[in-house]
Amino acid sequence: MNKSFKITGIVIGFSAMAFLMMNSPGCRPGTTRTAVTGDAASRVYVAPGTHDEFYNFVSGGFSGQLAIYGLPSGRLLREVPVFSVDPESGYGFSEETKPMLTTSHGFIPWDDSHHPELSMTNAVPDGRWCFINGNNTPRIALIDLGTFRTHSMIEIPHSAGNHSSPFATPNTEYVVAGTRFSVPVGSEAERDVPINTYKENFKGSVSFIKPEPETGKMSIAFQILTPPVNFDLARTGKGASDGWFFFSCYNTEKAYSLLEVNASQRDKDFIMAVNWKLAEQLAKEGKGKRAPGKHYSNWLNEHTHTVESTIYEDVLQLDYREHPGLLYFMPCPKSPHGCDVNPTGEYIVGSGKLAALLPVFSFKKIQEAIASKDFEGDFVGIPVLKYESVLHGEVKKPGLGPLHTEFDANGNAYTSFFVSSEIVKWNVEKLEVLDRVPTYYSIGHLMVPGGNSAKPWGKYVVAYNKITKDRYLPTGPELTQSAQLYSIDGDKMELLLDFPTTGEPHYAQAAPADLIKPREVKFFRIEDNHHPWVAKGEKESGIERRGRNVHIKMTTIRSHFTPDNVEGVQLGDTVYFHVTNLEQDWDVPHGFAIKGAANAELLIMPGETATLKWVPTKVGVVPFYCTDFCSALHQEMQGYLRVSPRGSSVPLKAYTVSVDAEL
Amino acid sequence: MRPISRVMIALAALALLVLLTVPIWRIDLAAPQYPEGLYLQIYADRFEGDVDKINGLNHYIGMAHIKNEMFKEFIYLPRIIMVLAALGLVAAAWGRRILLFLGLVTLSLFGLWALWRMWDWGYEYGHNLDPRAAIKIEDQAYQPPLIGHKQLLNFDAWSTPDTGGWILFGVMALLAGVYFMEIRDMRRRSRAVRET
Repeated sequence: MNKSFKITGIVIGFSAMAFLMMNSPGCRPGTTRTAVTGDAASRVYVAPGTHDEFYNFVSGGFSGQLAIYGLPSGRLLREVPVFSVDPESGYGFSEETKPMLTTSHGFIPWDDSHHPELSMTNAVPDGRWCFINGNNTPRIALIDLGTFRTHSMIEIPHSAGNHSSPFATPNTEYVVAGTRFSVPVGSEAERDVPINTYKENFKGSVSFIKPEPETGKMSIAFQILTPPVNFDLARTGKGASDGWFFFSCYNTEKAYSLLEVNASQRDKDFIMAVNWKLAEQLAKEGKGKRAPGKHYSNWLNEHTHTVESTIYEDVLQLDYREHPGLLYFMPCPKSPHGCDVNPTGEYIVGSGKLAALLPVFSFKKIQEAIASKDFEGDFVGIPVLKYESVLHGEVKKPGLGPLHTEFDANGNAYTSFFVSSEIVKWNVEKLEVLDRVPTYYSIGHLMVPGGNSAKPWGKYVVAYNKITKDRYLPTGPELTQSAQLYSIDGDKMELLLDFPTTGEPHYAQAAPADLIKPREVKFFRIEDNHHPWVAKGEKESGIERRGRNVHIKMTTIRSHFTPDNVEGVQLGDTVYFHVTNLEQDWDVPHGFAIKGAANAELLIMPGETATLKWVPTKVGVVPFYCTDFCSALHQEMQGYLRVSPRGSSVPLKAYTVSVDAEL
Repeated sequence: MRPISRVMIALAALALLVLLTVPIWRIDLAAPQYPEGLYLQIYADRFEGDVDKINGLNHYIGMAHIKNEMFKEFIYLPRIIMVLAALGLVAAAWGRRILLFLGLVTLSLFGLWALWRMWDWGYEYGHNLDPRAAIKIEDQAYQPPLIGHKQLLNFDAWSTPDTGGWILFGVMALLAGVYFMEIRDMRRRSRAVRET
């Protein structure tokens, strides 16, 4: 009895001690808490009725789209459908937009988009276009920043994963596309090879895509075939290094299996320097060869509101072995992700994601090493410059897992560290670490407005994180993705805001609102609408049978359809609703939806014509209506279509019954 | 008449011709959902501004659509202005006070007539509503204000002179000034005559 009391006492005592120890600070890892400074809220508060200072163009990652946020508020303004169909607007479903997603593989309704890139003039974003890459089925899209719509798209042949893309040259002469995966290319026999012949038969490629300055149509100017490595990211040279382009490469081990280990063996991989001015000249002189490679270039004709496709059967290729001086390799520790060029163009920062240092290369030294043939050797016929000879210096022990670097206007760099989950600020010239802030959690890319350009706007650095954990209200196993906004105005970076993002935000760009706002298109002028099925007024509406196809020219204006009664459609017909929105005012789209539509609805902007294909499945009367609240009489905006059996004698007609006829 | 008076009258006459090319009156509309506002400008020969948008709104309450063809005034208003300007130039050349007086009276009458026409049109336009309009409000008329502010349903409406209107008032003020100066001269002269 006594004994058991004692034991019980000892047990309770020990438990209490253990409990106290466990819960005292220092005995247990702390959870992350953020301390934002007191006035952070007022610095990101954009008062009702006022506008954000920057547009932030953020990749949707596996959503395939481009998301538009305001900074500093972090508010989502719009999601622009790019690579993935969007039943909400009809993008990829309407007859006009289907060709945008058509490739040599057929219609591809999705993709994985990583890197937005703003078009540039004199190496500074000009606010005209935003490019974004499709990683899975190699493509580049161009989004027009007047309409915030996908304006053109090009497919890239001989590429197998368009990750290293779509970075632009200083005047947007080209945007590049480096393949992430090397694959065998050429004839069918050359492509059908054992995977373990990777070293002999596989090839990489980097393509230079030319957007037409006037129209935004894209075509491949030339393509350089390269040794079989994986291209990760790229940046244009500018200023001091104008005329050159830099690509980070990994898997110089040429592994084709278990890359996690096999591609992480070498102490150094490469940054590839491309003399693109020379490549351009060679291409112009006809030094390249045309190689078969079918690909689509799709372009939105703004006069017809319809996407047109140009199919190219081949592509101009330059073989680096025939043109010495085109490519050079610089050793870069270890599996580099980012290779970023500072605003003056003199320094190139490699971010080796498995390295514990940051190498900074000097363009001047690169040129000297090339001139004096200061090579370590070669890699599959490409000269490898001596590491020490081209190095400006290394940032020692900056953090773990460096991924990507951007710059401010004061000579500083900001590098994201995935493993140590932080942003590190350092001075490019002195290679000194100045400040570091934690990110929540596991930052991937980061972005300073204009931070890849010759004239960064600075003010903020935004972290685009890979992991969210406990930062937001939980939503089941899948959590929101997230970004964080930091002020870089002072010596110390300050966390101001977390904001959720759609899809996965890989990279992003930002530009001042004042650069973009003046470009805004408020509506399409009806007199400039040359769609083949446009109805420029209610009098032009009508119906026409062509075999088993019925075409209805329909108009919308607050708040009725013309026609709104259709008869004479039969089972077995395919009906095309060509809907023209007659409004000529800002922010008055109309919707069009019909019961049983197996594809989508339409959202038609003022002055636009869009077409929905609809196949009736049952005899009867089917309603259609407007899905976008347009006026006090929106709920009255509707119509009926009568479907009769095949071979019925009901005459084809489309009409509206005016109130006078009803009296 | 003093030479300066004749110059002034000539200038006033030429200023009237400007009315052929600039908006004379304007109506501004504002509502919460139209932060950018809507406006209608009345020229001597046409309407300008957000005519289509205003017609689109009027369609709900059964107001007639505004079209230039509705107004005979747009045909003869420019002619009246030209005649008035010619009259002014004749008065300046001739230099008779009686013509100045007549011009001033004519111009005032013209101004009054124009205002009355506008009020009359506004009355007609605001009261003659389509009985089958979607939105009907008991005893609600939509006559725009002749000058100043008025609330019409969810819209604030302002009616104000535009460039041409101000020029017209300026011309009238100038001629009145010249006229009173001349009258004073006349009185002084008659006094001088009486005192000799």
